[in-house]
Amino acid sequence: METGVAVTVNGRAHERRVEPRLLLSDFLRHELGLTGTHVGCEHGVCGACTVLLDGEPVRACLLFAVQANGHEVTTVEGLADIDQGALDTDGVPDLLHPVQRAFHQTHALQCGFCTPGILMTTIAFLAGNPAPTRGEIREALSGHLCRCTGYQNIVEGVARAAELLACGDARVFGRPEAGDAHGSDPASGSPA
Amino acid sequence: MKPPAFEYVAPSDLDEALAALAADPGEARPLAGGQSLVPMLTFRLAAPAILVDLNGVSELAGIHERADGGLSIGAMTRQRVLERDPRVAARAPLLAETAPWIAHAQIRTRGTIGGSVAHADPAAELPAVLLALGASVTLAKAGARNADNDDQNGGGFLAREERELPLTEFFLGPFFTALEPEELLTSIEVPGMGEHEGTAFEEVARRRGDYAIVGAAAWIRLDAGGVCEDVALSLVNAGPTPCLWVGAADALRGRPVTADSLAVAAEAAANECEPAADMHGSEAYRRHLVRVLAERTLARAAERARRPDEREGSA
Amino acid sequence: MSRAGSHLVGASVLRREDPRLLTGQALFVDDVEPAGTLHLAFVRSNVPHARITGLDIEAARRHAGVAAVYTADDLGELCAPGPVLVPPPPIEGLVFHARTPLPLARDRVRHQGEAIAVVVASSRYVAEDAAELVQVDLETLDAVVDLDRALDPEAPLVHDDLDSNLAAHARQMKGDYAAARAEADHVVARTLRYDRGVAAAIENRGVVADWDAREGRLTVWDTTQAPIPIRNALAGLLGLGESQVRVIAPFIGGGFGPKIMFYAEELLVPWISMRLGRPAKWIEDRYENFFATTQERGQTHESELALAADGTILGVRDRFVHDSGAYDPYGLTVPINSQCTLLGPYRVPSYESEFRVVFTHKPIVTPVRGAGRQHGVWIMERLLDAAAREMGLDRVEIRARNLLAPDEFPHDHEILYQDSASLTYDSGNYAPLLQEAARRIGHDGFDAERENARAEGRRLGLGIVSYVEGTGIGPYEGARVTVEPGGAVSVATGVGTQGQGHFTAFAQVVAAQIGVDPGRVRIVTGDTSEFHWGTGTFASRGAVVAGSAMHAAALRVREKILTLASEALEVSPTDLELANGVARVRGAPDVSIALGELARRANPLRGAVKPGTEPGLEATAYFGPASGATAAGVHALVVEVDPDTCQVEILRYVVVHDCGTLINPMIVEGQIHGGVALGIGNAFYEELVFDEEGGMTNASFMDYLLPTATEVPDIETAHFETPSPLNPLGTKGVGEAGAIPVAAAFAQAVEDALSDDAPDLEILDMPLGPGKLFELLRETGGLGLEARDESAATEAAATRPVRGDARSPREGEQ
Repeated sequence: METGVAVTVNGRAHERRVEPRLLLSDFLRHELGLTGTHVGCEHGVCGACTVLLDGEPVRACLLFAVQANGHEVTTVEGLADIDQGALDTDGVPDLLHPVQRAFHQTHALQCGFCTPGILMTTIAFLAGNPAPTRGEIREALSGHLCRCTGYQNIVEGVARAAELLACGDARVFGRPEAGDAHGSDPASGSPA
Repeated sequence: MKPPAFEYVAPSDLDEALAALAADPGEARPLAGGQSLVPMLTFRLAAPAILVDLNGVSELAGIHERADGGLSIGAMTRQRVLERDPRVAARAPLLAETAPWIAHAQIRTRGTIGGSVAHADPAAELPAVLLALGASVTLAKAGARNADNDDQNGGGFLAREERELPLTEFFLGPFFTALEPEELLTSIEVPGMGEHEGTAFEEVARRRGDYAIVGAAAWIRLDAGGVCEDVALSLVNAGPTPCLWVGAADALRGRPVTADSLAVAAEAAANECEPAADMHGSEAYRRHLVRVLAERTLARAAERARRPDEREGSA
Repeated sequence: MSRAGSHLVGASVLRREDPRLLTGQALFVDDVEPAGTLHLAFVRSNVPHARITGLDIEAARRHAGVAAVYTADDLGELCAPGPVLVPPPPIEGLVFHARTPLPLARDRVRHQGEAIAVVVASSRYVAEDAAELVQVDLETLDAVVDLDRALDPEAPLVHDDLDSNLAAHARQMKGDYAAARAEADHVVARTLRYDRGVAAAIENRGVVADWDAREGRLTVWDTTQAPIPIRNALAGLLGLGESQVRVIAPFIGGGFGPKIMFYAEELLVPWISMRLGRPAKWIEDRYENFFATTQERGQTHESELALAADGTILGVRDRFVHDSGAYDPYGLTVPINSQCTLLGPYRVPSYESEFRVVFTHKPIVTPVRGAGRQHGVWIMERLLDAAAREMGLDRVEIRARNLLAPDEFPHDHEILYQDSASLTYDSGNYAPLLQEAARRIGHDGFDAERENARAEGRRLGLGIVSYVEGTGIGPYEGARVTVEPGGAVSVATGVGTQGQGHFTAFAQVVAAQIGVDPGRVRIVTGDTSEFHWGTGTFASRGAVVAGSAMHAAALRVREKILTLASEALEVSPTDLELANGVARVRGAPDVSIALGELARRANPLRGAVKPGTEPGLEATAYFGPASGATAAGVHALVVEVDPDTCQVEILRYVVVHDCGTLINPMIVEGQIHGGVALGIGNAFYEELVFDEEGGMTNASFMDYLLPTATEVPDIETAHFETPSPLNPLGTKGVGEAGAIPVAAAFAQAVEDALSDDAPDLEILDMPLGPGKLFELLRETGGLGLEARDESAATEAAATRPVRGDARSPREGEQ
């Protein structure tokens, strides 16, 4: 028995009819094609599926899509300014959100699978605590599991993001720095 | 790990919600924060036929200040609110102190105080802490069906029935409460704190945000001379049911609070509790931790009772 | 090696793959869903050992949305045991019984999670619904759970066609241990254990397969670390030509070892796609991952160290049992790594190592980051600590005394390593590593630090251990480098990438030779259509072997560029330099020609070319090292033990290591951080708990505890570079280094913290935890913890009125 859900995701309104048991994580990924939100455990512990619901971080795997009815969801795809900026030749947004830039600068990701969830938590965290201590950062990150980085560079990334956000407008845009390399997609084989 | 199918009802007011539960008692289950219920569904440990989503029932959320200096906290109040709301910090600092220990921020965004109490997990913080505060709960259900009034609000039910129950009578066993199948927990009543009262919470967990291996919550009232007038100690994950441990309280009540009397009370708590061994620790280890934490929390509560300006626990 | 652009090797270039990952645009296997995809869910055994006495799929088959349900009987010839992926090295006298699983179980299940049937449906949700309708009748049998009991005469057999649960027996020796022991001044002997854990990559496994019958082409997206062997196996088993099969490993959310296997699912998903003519998809869930993906290893060691009075090692004897789980598809890689790595950076004149591998009714064990090396380090470092304590020697001093000296390389240990070559350390300089680590952690002043802390009621302890890591083994990898007409450079190689920064590090290697910005070098990994020779990413070999192949290919392209440019500019090649994407005359930079232009000229559409000319600016090269390169390092840490709760906090952590030439120090440090985090997990947080019947009781992240940002400290790293003579880059692997010595250092530090309170405390088993530490302290009477008087507890339980209510809380309970 399908139920209607009307939800705004990254500023765009969507209306669908879905089974009530469809998890929000699956709705975002497969119904809306926003595959940046990842699924690691489906029991609310790893944090890879973290998105913002009305600006607050939640586990998308612990919400049913129908519960998002009437709410606003922000996912990792909503961070970089796709509208304002050009897309590079591989379709990657050229202008990164300060938190994304900071993570790039501090090597805060390796395989990148846990990263989108951490980005969303970081945005909410810094909104409430713009000048956190290292200890507060670690505590804020403790709801995320990462197997690659050992967290140290992620902590640096959050600290750097706080600096970037503090020294500019609310959203500071810019190309990845000179000496960075633009990302043309290394992995071929994406399907139609 | 996908949930089994269920029917979904999203009422917009309390009577609608109660009517949905009354229509299919036992088949219909309330969905509050979902942070405990949804994993049970994804692991297929539970398969409710109907979920009644309480998240749209705005009258269940909200905090009201009581005349006695306490708080009436709507069942759907998010755990995050307990952490941040200045009224909670002022009137029930034990809740503000405990909330950051509950899982992680992303869980507390959705998890509710009512959901936690109704779930009655002996390893959860809120049941224990609310017991120490002497809290009670309001339970509501739809009134008897009125066959003559099918077109009234609520589909022919009479005015809802409510009852208030002290938490000490609410928790009956592990994950088992006095809630009837068609009842909802609508609010938690936390009495006000008077002068010379203090509270404290502490837990030992494997990692930040984990379930406690063992935790303790203490409330104490001192007389002007520093003697313990009344005291309550509850424990997290040290018994099958959330409850108060009277041995420790009895050992301290009427006595001056000293290192010795605290040690005796802590020893009593360690002896009377019923911790179960699991992969994180043996029974002996847990009793040891109970002794340590009971002493620490009773001492800190007493310290705060002596200095009301420092009563607010740090989050 | 050319000096041009060599500044790029060793530079911490930011990663070019980041923007795609950061914006959620990177493709992972679960992101692939061609139109018409059907979804799989497996029916798996929930008990460790049983006979399948009944299997009824009718109700499942008829469930709405189900396309098919398959069992072993549907597989025909494919229902055969899988391949042994790594044949064991030719150790003299080796006994090895290969037993590999069927794609779907028939008659017997031998571990929890073994697949019995597979449901194919319109969605994973529906498939799981239908899977619940499959009726499996299992007659539960007694299971072998304890690896120490697996060889008991009355132990139930995992494989009935064998006489016992012995999977393998191997002995390697050098020198004469008996003689060494006889002349030793001191012998320490211990029984040591190091138990199982899971790799727990945050991305679970997954396979998507799309069979296009019209084109006769199979495309598979797979979370594998080794797409080429998967491609080869699929072609062989499914009756296809290798060029008809394309295996793509896109972005992978962490590998760590278990994604390099040939799993049943990797065969079944393509088979189902071919059978049903629709794309098929299986994504593992976290619960499955605990059983259906391979995991780390339990070992029990009876070990002995024979020393002279001054602490010099005379010999080591180690006998151990290694738990392979229900099957042994990965040969003996893990126990051989344990066997070899035990020798460490030390001079060990005599060594007698014997292991037995046993089958148990537990999930399969294959390499997980470290791959058995941590066990070897655990043994040697614990024995050295025991010896130091008993002989009154300083723990840094006893290690320093035994380190190999720089002039002892190459050092042949005379036993076989996992690559079937003799275990030979190529290069190394170990003493400075130990000195530097000791300095950075504050070893010299630590006694004072510990005393000061004790005065404040705090218990601080220091641990410092050293290790080697065998890396960069063959057989080989290859790479193709091409300068494109637009001036960009494209590179393809056969290894896969799971976050190690290959796209950046490899770009640096190539850019260094070709004289372009690394941002203009586009790397393709993990696509068998792009490059189809190679083995995969494992054993810390990607940078060494694939990197070296890239370097060789880039060098050949460089030669072609110089030849063509010298003709075009009419100068001698020696007058040219490559920089900024052009070839230009040294000293007259205006005289130049762009690489892209040269590439165009090298591919004419008309005209004649000289015989023997190869078109374009392209070269393919392969690299196969004669043996692995041995990296080394020292870990040191300071911990604080809470005497009341037995919790342990790491206050400082130092890694000093030597992996030869660093290509990208930032990436190397990231690898070390991640490895240390895993090591910390295995030391104090991660444990797989099995009940008496062999069932896993904590198969979820709620009870299997990965360390988080509040459990892993800041890690200080220092690099030394002793180049390897075995490859042109001089580099050695580092992917696993962080994980290898952590447990040994941790145990030493905890003992040190409690050395005054519990002088008899010895930590001989891993993993530890606060509860276990508590029990150890009770056993040794440490910290004044006596067995409590349980009678008082029983008495108090008799009555329990509660505040304000005389009723016991038990009333009302059902």
